[in-house]
Amino acid sequence: MKLITHNMLTSKCLKGVMTGYPLAINATDVKITEVDFNPEFITRVIPKLDWEVLWHAANSIGHSEGLPKSIEPKFEENEDFLKKAHKILLEVEIEEGHLTCPESGRQFPISKGIPNMLLTEAEVQ
Amino acid sequence: MAAVMKLKTLQGHLQDLNGFEKPKIHFEQYETPAHIAAIMLYNIQTQYEGLEDKLVLDAGCGPGSLSIGAALLGAGMVMSMDIDGDALKIFNNNLEDMEVTNVDAIQCDFLNTSVFRWENYFDTVLMNPPFGTKNNSGIDMKFLQMGLALSCDSVYSLHKTTTRSHIQKKLKEWGAKGSVIAELQYDLPATYKFHKQQSRDIAVDLWKVQHPDS
Ligand SMILES: C[S@@+](CC[C@H](N)C(=O)[O-])C[C@H]1O[C@@H](n2cnc3c(N)ncnc32)[C@H](O)[C@@H]1O
Repeated sequence: MKLITHNMLTSKCLKGVMTGYPLAINATDVKITEVDFNPEFITRVIPKLDWEVLWHAANSIGHSEGLPKSIEPKFEENEDFLKKAHKILLEVEIEEGHLTCPESGRQFPISKGIPNMLLTEAEVQ
Repeated sequence: MAAVMKLKTLQGHLQDLNGFEKPKIHFEQYETPAHIAAIMLYNIQTQYEGLEDKLVLDAGCGPGSLSIGAALLGAGMVMSMDIDGDALKIFNNNLEDMEVTNVDAIQCDFLNTSVFRWENYFDTVLMNPPFGTKNNSGIDMKFLQMGLALSCDSVYSLHKTTTRSHIQKKLKEWGAKGSVIAELQYDLPATYKFHKQQSRDIAVDLWKVQHPDS
């Protein structure tokens, strides 16, 4: 699971959970995968993100070093910033671990890089 | 608008992917044939610039031909989801074989959860939804409606041509706009034992569906 994915996932699908965001990350295996740098895409996706959540997620798995705490003004012209965003969004991947709902404590396992967000019928909103 | 890869080359790559190992009938697991997936994706890029540098969602990704094809045509990132863990294992192997790295998958039920924080988030939503059987008729419409909610631009979806007027009616009901952008022949495989023939060609439409104000 990439951090761009984590940035959009919630557990509000759980019965009784209001926002379910952000999910806490517990990672036992993190790997770095090389992905081609695509500045057009990164520029397009940055305004959609919750950057603070991204930073804290990166920090919680030990990958926040050098990552700005907020989006820099005129980021679209700042290649250094775009490359940092690219790396943290697409290249850092959680292979094994779990996500935890901040409200209910329900855990969602991540196995072979894929988070399992399936719910039992009784859990559904 | 050009595509970064020729149609023939794209089709060749998609032909090499592994399909479902033991297709589960209740999840309607049949792959989109490589030539259909290739034409679909190639059109979306060359006619509508819907893939290159875009954020793409593949709903019900199965072994992943739409996800991988979108990535090969230059998508910025593809988010893929499927309800079935076995299908996602094959999906992972296909990604590795193709050395595609800007695709990420989630296991979830596309219909009865809202796993995404935001609506109207994805530039392009791709799907070859379950067509629906006696037990779950209407599932194709539910997929389409959910896809529309998650997209900020267009949903591209395959549907049986026999459902065309029904879809038109539904779109009106939802206040959405849409049109058929290609008519295709789909060879539904013999894994579907309840079909009497070994395999049969059915006509399918490729729909492009959007919010009214786009
Ligand atoms: C017709 S297949 C298409 C597979 C793949 N997209 C392709 O084009 O080759 C439909 C896929 O949707 C998945 N599916 C069925 N119901 C689902 C649901 N409720 N949520 C998520 N995926 C589902 C099935 O497991 C299957 O992989």
